[in-house]
Amino acid sequence: MGLIRQVFIITAKDLRAELRTKEAVNAALAFAVMILVLFSFAFDPEEATTQMISGGLLWIVFAFAGTLVLNRSFARELPNDCLDALVAAPVSGAVLFLGKALANYLLVTAVELVALPVFGILYNVRWYRQFWPVMLVLVLGTWGITVIGTIFSALTVNIRLREVMLPMLTYPMLVPALMGAMRLTTDLVQGKPIDDDSAVWLKLLVSFDVVYTAVSLLLVETVLVG
Amino acid sequence: MDALAAEGVWKYYGDFPALRDVNFTCPAGSCLALIGRNGAGKTTLLRTVAGFTRPMRGKIRILGKEPRETAARRNIGFIGHGIAVYDELSALENLTLYARLYGVADPRRRALQWLENTGLERVRDGLVREFSRGMRQRLAVARAFLHEPAVLLLDEPFTALDDRAIAVLQRLLREGLAQGRTIVLSTHQLREALELATHVALLVRGQVAFHGPCTPEMVADPGLVYARYGEG
Repeated sequence: MGLIRQVFIITAKDLRAELRTKEAVNAALAFAVMILVLFSFAFDPEEATTQMISGGLLWIVFAFAGTLVLNRSFARELPNDCLDALVAAPVSGAVLFLGKALANYLLVTAVELVALPVFGILYNVRWYRQFWPVMLVLVLGTWGITVIGTIFSALTVNIRLREVMLPMLTYPMLVPALMGAMRLTTDLVQGKPIDDDSAVWLKLLVSFDVVYTAVSLLLVETVLVG
Repeated sequence: MDALAAEGVWKYYGDFPALRDVNFTCPAGSCLALIGRNGAGKTTLLRTVAGFTRPMRGKIRILGKEPRETAARRNIGFIGHGIAVYDELSALENLTLYARLYGVADPRRRALQWLENTGLERVRDGLVREFSRGMRQRLAVARAFLHEPAVLLLDEPFTALDDRAIAVLQRLLREGLAQGRTIVLSTHQLREALELATHVALLVRGQVAFHGPCTPEMVADPGLVYARYGEG
């Protein structure tokens, strides 16, 4: 059976289970919108300073909301010992990881796509003027968050305080990706295109995604089986 | 060829040796009853054989392959303490999922066939979270047998089963043995286990204290192995 097909089987299972309960997506969405609303009370949307920090604010919201989705990724396998059945199935750890990462990616992206217009309205930011470059940064930054979150979700799945441990472990690791995404987003929402200077951040994002995807694929079997 | 072989297997939890130099073999088509008191290491041994965790030392072979090899995993069916099916999915969705993961041809048809074998065909579209305990257990049995594994590893399979589920499982195990499958089952319910077993292994504090064929004497007096080779 093709590896890609196996990945999609895992992805479809996770998406179906999540869409039946909607517990992670609803929590993440409510959290993202609530944080955006609360911060909008603190900053005047007309001020240039608000525009300058808006990229940072947006990615902090995405990272925090994303953690709520990622926390459920492997924790979903704990009731009824489903993780045992997945580990016992004739699929590699890499397939399992990619399937789960893809499901997480789609769920986190869905939350972001709802939060993005809310952000634009509340902070008076016309992010859509650079629609495709913003989407490119969103795709790359979200994959970074998802990859790190998924592998640490596997690592912390049997820890009692996993809801606390996951953000403590992932946020320091995410610093390079978040820095890149924040800088690029801030420039783009201010109407600046991606030029030679900002392309460095884009390269950083791509490198981060490639390196951590490769490392995760190599480590996941050890993380799951020991 | 032996369907299953453990050679000098050690497993530690921290400093505690849960398995100590475990050696045994299981001929193809046999049924090994793995018995022992609570904490003797039965679950650890079955989990290690199933490839959920690696031994610290020693080797395990399933049909000549390491348990983590894909070819070995394709041939293992496991029933553990959890039912290993998803509450948010229906019975049919759960079985189809596993059939696909195991590369079964026509997964939906096989899933429907096993729902019928375990008496769950009428609730095939019901979510597992709405099932009674007995129905959930029968679904777990269907999940383990679905891909027709050559080796079945069952960790206390009769525990918490209702009468109907016990009858279904016993029938499937007898059919499995008749079809040449190899079965390893750990249990405290000696009578049920010894009626099926061709071999018996007694674990005491992580070590194999006895391993040999199941005799009519043992079937007649299930406490005999404990009395002779256990710690009383």
